[in-house]
Amino acid sequence: MTAVIEARGLTKRYGGITAVDGIDLEIRRGEVFGLLGPNGSGKTTTILMLLGLTDVTAGSVRVLGLDPAREPLAVKRRVGYMPDTVGFYEHLSARANLRYTGRLAGIDRAVLDERIDAALAQVGLSEAADRRVGAFSAGMRRRLGLADVLLKEPEIAILDEPTNDLDPTATREFLDLILALKGRNITVLLSSHLLERVQAVCDRVALFHRGRVALEGTVAALAQQVLGGGHRIILEADGAELEPALERLQGVVGVSTPEPGRYVIEASEDVRAAVAAEAVHAGAAVKSLALEQPSLAEVYASYFRRLRDAA
Amino acid sequence: MRREGSPWTGLATVVAKEMADHLTSARMRILEGLIVLIAAGTLYTSIGMLRRTTVEDPFLFLRLFTIADAPLPSFLSFLGFFVPLMAIALGFDSINGEYARRTLSRVLAQPIYRDALILGKFLASLATLALTLAALWLIVTGAGLLFLGVPPSGEEVLRGIGFLVVTIAYAAVWLALAMLLSTTFRQAATAALAALAVWLLFSIFWPIIVDFLAPLFVGQPADLVAALQAAADRAQAQLALSRVSPNTLYGEATLALLNPETRTLGLVFFGQLQNAIVGAPLPLGQSLLLIWPHVTGLAAAAILLFTLTYVLFQRQEVRA
Repeated sequence: MTAVIEARGLTKRYGGITAVDGIDLEIRRGEVFGLLGPNGSGKTTTILMLLGLTDVTAGSVRVLGLDPAREPLAVKRRVGYMPDTVGFYEHLSARANLRYTGRLAGIDRAVLDERIDAALAQVGLSEAADRRVGAFSAGMRRRLGLADVLLKEPEIAILDEPTNDLDPTATREFLDLILALKGRNITVLLSSHLLERVQAVCDRVALFHRGRVALEGTVAALAQQVLGGGHRIILEADGAELEPALERLQGVVGVSTPEPGRYVIEASEDVRAAVAAEAVHAGAAVKSLALEQPSLAEVYASYFRRLRDAA
Repeated sequence: MRREGSPWTGLATVVAKEMADHLTSARMRILEGLIVLIAAGTLYTSIGMLRRTTVEDPFLFLRLFTIADAPLPSFLSFLGFFVPLMAIALGFDSINGEYARRTLSRVLAQPIYRDALILGKFLASLATLALTLAALWLIVTGAGLLFLGVPPSGEEVLRGIGFLVVTIAYAAVWLALAMLLSTTFRQAATAALAALAVWLLFSIFWPIIVDFLAPLFVGQPADLVAALQAAADRAQAQLALSRVSPNTLYGEATLALLNPETRTLGLVFFGQLQNAIVGAPLPLGQSLLLIWPHVTGLAAAAILLFTLTYVLFQRQEVRA
């Protein structure tokens, strides 16, 4: 796994405001990397710097070994970008819109029509290819935006807020499309403020906070680091008070009882077997036992609660 | 820091797309309709008048463009009035429209420089204007051939072509202005309004402003000789000020081209007219010499305005 995007001390200042404050990133070939964080935390600015679409105030960037400020054409030829607000020429058909970007991207006329058809088919827009984009729904526009990226056959696809303004079904479909990119060995960098929605597709994430990367790593590793335990086990059992017994188990970090008969166990490893044995041993009637993946939103909230408390 | 790669990558694609957009737009249909109406109206009156004249005129054909029948202005003055409108109509939303449609970042994410985008837009609009004006010019010339039954002389053809070239340069100035405003203002409506304000300023208010300003450049005369000098100075100042307006430059340049009898575009003192045969036409070369500063001025204004637009656009953030 080699790094395709490398940023060192990347900084962007607009006048007196620091939008991005010395971030370091390393994104490896073939992974899905998530830039996550609230609006205005510097995600889009970082992306624009990676593409050479805005000047870098300080620090260095390497994309596919190239400097985007010096060789933007070479970078943009190999990197696809879908902006957070993706717009098209409304009076033109989907196909005509793609043909324009395809020609700008320097794709050979002979293969362009084929590639347009292939890209439209991949995002499920073949039927609507010759309709005016003005009549497209938000979900269709997003998918056309992805087709616009795929057309270039990029090595890296950068998707800014790809699930914005999509309903839950469209979001799931769109995330499936993103996962399909990974299968084709395209590195995906996506940004989002909707942590829950994208956590499922990201291999690694960087959590942005006020222009800095607060946390970086896999979702599980972050949960381990921030929540202390990487695993949360929900036990439903009637008949006996189990809390003290469960707390004594090896690997258990904490136990809480939100309602009688329901226990939430935080653990550093998967201790379901031990929990079940303990409950049965204590004479409780076990009704269900489940492992819950900690969510990124929780990681995020907990991390910043701790930061605030420390301050 | 040097950028790699040619700034003109993708230029031809941008030009082709923008021209196709212009030529198929409803906006263009309206402009074309308007222009054809104007051509028909002015041609009808000028041909009617020309047919009634029996005086021998070596430049009969050029009169087609300049003759006016009282309530209707001549074809030339119509153009002076409407070419800016056409140029503004094609340019006022060229850049802010891309921001409004959110297409700018997607287009700039393609392997092209901004240079290609802005120059491509300018060239496409200019080519569209040139195409329309050339068509109009051909219609008028062709109708003249049909209805007058007199073929134009070689010199008339050359003067006519010169007229077309000056008109395109004039259109370029207004196009560059419209694009500058479209880069400055985020709202297309604001840009259009600002461009129309400048157009009104130069076509209606500028002569009044010049009348008001010119005396300020001239001191109070002490005696009669000084008073004469002051009058001449005032006239000079008036002329210089009025030439700030592209409309004046265009009007004077086309006057000299289409009226070969025009010997000067400024003040003439009586002494300078000695030995001149009043009413005798100038050869084309001399007429061109007369308007050379005007043509240069128009071209310079267009280049200056476009350069400003270019610099502004290069410095703008992709995300508005």
